[in-house]
Amino acid sequence: MNFEFTEEQIMIQQAARDYAQRELIKDVIERDEKAIFPTHHVKALAELGFLGMLVDVEYDGGGMDTVSYVLAMEEISKIDSSLGVIMSVNNSLVCYGLEEYGTEEQKQKYLKPLARGDKIGAFLLSEPEAGSDATKQHTIAEDKGDYYLVNGTKNWITNGNSAGTYLVIAQTHPEKKHHGINALIVDRNSEGITVGPHEKKMGMRSSDTHSVMFTDVKVPKENRIGEDGFGFKFAMKTLDGGRIGIASQALGIASGAFERALQYSKERKAFGTELFNHQSVAFKLSDMAVKIENARNLCIKAAWLKDQGKPYGVASAMAKQYAADIAMEVTTEAVQIHGGYGYVAEYHVERLMREAKLTQIYEGTSEIQKVVISRSLLR
Amino acid sequence: MKILVCISNVPDTTTKIKLVNENTDFDRTGVQWIINPWDELALTRAMELKESTAGLIEKITVVNVGKKENEGTLRKALAVGADDAIRVEADPKDAYYVAVQIAKVAKEEAYDIILAGIESSDYNGAAVGGMVAEMLDIPSVSSVSGLFIEDGKVSLNREIDGGQEVLSTELPFVAIVQKGISIDPRIPAMRGIMMARKKPLTVVDAVEADVLTGFVNYELPQAKSACKMIDEENAGDLIKLLHTEAKAF
Repeated sequence: MNFEFTEEQIMIQQAARDYAQRELIKDVIERDEKAIFPTHHVKALAELGFLGMLVDVEYDGGGMDTVSYVLAMEEISKIDSSLGVIMSVNNSLVCYGLEEYGTEEQKQKYLKPLARGDKIGAFLLSEPEAGSDATKQHTIAEDKGDYYLVNGTKNWITNGNSAGTYLVIAQTHPEKKHHGINALIVDRNSEGITVGPHEKKMGMRSSDTHSVMFTDVKVPKENRIGEDGFGFKFAMKTLDGGRIGIASQALGIASGAFERALQYSKERKAFGTELFNHQSVAFKLSDMAVKIENARNLCIKAAWLKDQGKPYGVASAMAKQYAADIAMEVTTEAVQIHGGYGYVAEYHVERLMREAKLTQIYEGTSEIQKVVISRSLLR
Repeated sequence: MKILVCISNVPDTTTKIKLVNENTDFDRTGVQWIINPWDELALTRAMELKESTAGLIEKITVVNVGKKENEGTLRKALAVGADDAIRVEADPKDAYYVAVQIAKVAKEEAYDIILAGIESSDYNGAAVGGMVAEMLDIPSVSSVSGLFIEDGKVSLNREIDGGQEVLSTELPFVAIVQKGISIDPRIPAMRGIMMARKKPLTVVDAVEADVLTGFVNYELPQAKSACKMIDEENAGDLIKLLHTEAKAF
């Protein structure tokens, strides 16, 4: 057992912290208010190597381990979880999926620019009528011999407009149910793709979420990932890793709110003394600290299992469910400690509270994580 | 052209210092160590110069006088982009001792430009850079806020009262740099962090040197008194308090 981080892991954590606290903080409130996509930050994080940090150096990635990724995600999300989700989708859904299951040609052509951050990726699984029940894919990828003809609509797509490469999950053999689903690499500029308007969201408003419509979009056969019918399994496997990213994002939202609440409690006075000297506040902070420590340990454990090549699906579900749920609790308490100030944008915690809510919903709701966890108990 | 950047290993600037051993030392438990902020800016400028003068700068070396635990800081400097690092094995006690060690390193490799932060953010001695120049018998320029190389010629901007002066100098020289030498310290990229482990970090023995000063003990600055708020309707009290409490007039 060893709880020490390596020199490299600490350096990555510091690099992420430096960038977040020096740069992201400058315009995070304005970007949230006006729902502005952080193009310049995405470019800067790409240059630093954060967008493809898990990808092997051979494919132009950072070659870092998942533990480093957790540390970086936490630091970025403490300040701006919109950047956190852009980073998470690119790293742990799109790049991971391509690196793990793509062909050499697919990696050369699609993974490398994504790992460099020259392009960013999007993962298109959810549909208007297929959220938690991802087996019910209405998007059709009809087998036309040497290409697939894709028709349908995808919903809630992170990086929906800004992505250059889509990984699209679609049904080819409806009679085989989820065994008939395929995963396809689709160029964003393909003819027949229409991106819907920017969704007006409660939080993470700086990330661009869109619906994407496919009308007779031709996708070459060589863009299919894995064997015919591998798509559903591909999506589930990829989401196992994705959960570590979102769990770490939730952790960052919680610890970001906690740090602000702690600082505020040491400065603000009420009834003649700093808030922290009131036990009702000190105990709240104590509870928050314990929850964050637990969430961090769950995230690191899941990441460590993945790095060791051991099964991590259940561990990542536990990390995601717990971190998301405590992010909601901790951010709500952070607002409470701030009182009226907590309810205004300038103090950040109201935004973090709005952002926390999404972590309980996307990439598998907290309830779906419980399905994964409880099923593992029966095995 | 070769550049040597002197790196001091200092506690993170937000560290709360707690004095121990009858105020002769401070508690190092849990302290995060960083590159001295001015040295970090110096290194950043060295990197910028290397990148903008294709091929002119052969290498950038970072040097630290200290114990093994300082290597994390040197590794970070390598991750930022320095080509190699030298650690002089010693537990330095004063500026003169450190300057003797750096001067020796600088002489052996014949560095053309030696950059030192104007001071370290822990002891604020502001002495090493000047001493190194004197020991090497080369020019030193203090308070440098700009360093440029054009057509192989070096020019430096120096802060003076109410303005700036522009100087030129022959190589080699020591530039004692301050804020402005570069805008923001460079954040190491993933690739740099990966490569840092493979870059050479050489440990050399210290040479004999006198310790000319010794610390008697430390004192923490007086805690800032709390901010006193005055209600709008009692604005007149402000004058009274400024006179009686703050003794401003």
